[in-house]
Amino acid sequence: MSNMSGSKALLEGLWNEGARVVFGLPGGAIMPVYDAFLDSEIRHILARHEQSAAHMADGYARASGKPGICMATSGPGATNLVTGIATAFADSSPVIAITGQVATPTIGKDAFQECDTVGIVTPITKYAFQPMQSQEIPAIVKKAFKIASTGRPGPVLIDLPRDVQINVANMSFPKKVDIRGYNPHITPHPVQTKKAADLLMNSNKPMIWSGGGIIISNAAPQLREIAELLMAPVVTSLIGKGGFPENHPLSLGPIGMHGRPEANKAICEADCILAVGVRFSDRSTGRFDEFAKDAHIIHIDIDPAELGKNKKVELPIVADVGIALKSLIASLKRKIVKRDKTLWSKRLQEIKSQIREGDFGSSNELYQPKIVQKMRELLPSNGILTTEVGKNQMWGELYYQAIEPRTWITSTGLGTMGFGFPAAIGAKVAKPEVPVVDLAGDGSFRMTENSLSTCIEEDIPVTVVILNNSTLGMVEQWQRLFYNGRYSGVKLGNTPDFVKLVEAYGAQGLRAQSIKEFEKAFKEAINSEVTTVIDCPVAPEEDVFPFVAPGRGLNEVIFNSEDKN
Amino acid sequence: MIERTFILSTIVENKPGVLFRVANMFRRRGFNIDSISVGAIEETGLSRMTITIFGNENVAEQTVKQMSKLVDIIKIQVLDYEDAVRRELALIKIQVTSNKSLSELTNYCSIFRNRVIDVSPGSMIVEVTGTPEKIDAFLDIVSGYGIKEMARTGITALQRGTKK
Repeated sequence: MSNMSGSKALLEGLWNEGARVVFGLPGGAIMPVYDAFLDSEIRHILARHEQSAAHMADGYARASGKPGICMATSGPGATNLVTGIATAFADSSPVIAITGQVATPTIGKDAFQECDTVGIVTPITKYAFQPMQSQEIPAIVKKAFKIASTGRPGPVLIDLPRDVQINVANMSFPKKVDIRGYNPHITPHPVQTKKAADLLMNSNKPMIWSGGGIIISNAAPQLREIAELLMAPVVTSLIGKGGFPENHPLSLGPIGMHGRPEANKAICEADCILAVGVRFSDRSTGRFDEFAKDAHIIHIDIDPAELGKNKKVELPIVADVGIALKSLIASLKRKIVKRDKTLWSKRLQEIKSQIREGDFGSSNELYQPKIVQKMRELLPSNGILTTEVGKNQMWGELYYQAIEPRTWITSTGLGTMGFGFPAAIGAKVAKPEVPVVDLAGDGSFRMTENSLSTCIEEDIPVTVVILNNSTLGMVEQWQRLFYNGRYSGVKLGNTPDFVKLVEAYGAQGLRAQSIKEFEKAFKEAINSEVTTVIDCPVAPEEDVFPFVAPGRGLNEVIFNSEDKN
Repeated sequence: MIERTFILSTIVENKPGVLFRVANMFRRRGFNIDSISVGAIEETGLSRMTITIFGNENVAEQTVKQMSKLVDIIKIQVLDYEDAVRRELALIKIQVTSNKSLSELTNYCSIFRNRVIDVSPGSMIVEVTGTPEKIDAFLDIVSGYGIKEMARTGITALQRGTKK
């Protein structure tokens, strides 16, 4: 027990939980905490907009597996965090957001910069706290970390009234906290595991569909073991990329709207699907009623509400996927595989060989997939790629082979443009020893481009590759395909000159007009000690194919614009 | 899939914001609360929320699962509709235009074992306690007299005997 202010208790609580960095931007109602930063060893990284601070914390969390912390003042500071919190919520990322609030006697009086932060974020957080007494802070910080990082992770917010930050109280820091209504179930029911083993053993065409849960649970080794044991091919969701090495012979890549065509085709033929740590997102499954309609589905997830939410499955298992896979592997090892593995392997080879990149390729010199593949070639397997949202992300999904977990970071659930760049900064802070690259479009990059100041001032070198088509490309693609080419609100024009823009920030700006130039620029960028942005002028009419149109089944892949009907 | 009424009996933390979180979850998922009643229970710091919803099994299952995820929800169970002891209280202000109707209404009240709480010139207030079906039945009988105002509490319920 010792006497200290609420602010000091907050930072000490964060420190005790292992937090060493906070991404934020101050304002009136959070000033007592900012004052306390001066006496704390926690590094504060100044963002230029609160949304970016939240994405940085998210990128930090996804790259490291540890909660990322962001901070903002009350009112507009808090509302600017909202997009970032919602992004973290949609992708189950442990972000802890700390906001200032007007002093307790003023709450409810519509004071300056007052807003109902807890009310606003309740639907997009796992929980939101608002301590009314300083001495509540140590236990609340501990609870926030517990809730954010266990079970199905997700964002937690702590809203701190100004007087609660200032008041001095006798603080005691608990070693352990109990939250009565919060007890995630992590071990699978043995009967269910046995049933799952039987289903998999008796199937002829088993397939594994793995998602973000595998990465969150650090279960990539178990996933690989069970895939090799069953000789089952592995497909992933978009966020699941990296949970299984995509250069492994059993990998078919991601399924879904912009999934790999071989993955989409194969999953339609599987007779038993082991779905682990996925949530049956419409972007992954296509039409729910068409998805794997003849297959037995085993669904393992730590969140019971995901089981049967979008699709009824035959065998739901509530558990941490890593623990469940371990016990499933043990059950499988006790059995003898009866099926003839070669038939399914042969069929998969056949499916793979039918997909020829040339069928949907282009001869453009700066063809976007070529850029993406070149990035893969030049980045080490532990190099981290973040993406923005739009065509850049879909090209990344299709053509960037993620090999290690936590090296593919993208906003999948909420689909937030402007996420990739600040997330890259957060990831670089978490993993300073590896190159971190944001695969961007010109539209997305402009949304959080002012984070360049953070890179320069805080010395956090990352690389940004802009696939610059001077349009909001994904919307334009849909207008081309589904609105008869009636383009509305998508032309961005040729401004700004990105090389000049980034140079104005003190970053390095490069332009690549050919693959050769790109290769040279990219090598320079990832080895540079200063943040480097490579502007790649690409053809706007180049669309992302293959593609499954919205509302269609995964078997209806279209390879070019003539296919759409 | 058959649609019916489900009674969710939940134990929740008794603190500010809990009802908001519950209501918010319903709104967010597009579910609807038919009735809700909240009150303290035997253990200090906790309340029971009895919520009725109308829908099919899937909706009920999703509701329960999403409710369980709320940190402030300690326990949730779906009561068996037929086997649960269900009670609701209604206060009904009925128009009284003559001495004849007053005596008829008093008569109905005694048949239904209702209590007449208040009689004023032109109206009376009746307290009805029982299953929602009983209240509905009484309303059917007296609606012809003219119902001026009504307040119903929504169902509160407990499972019979030792079944958890």
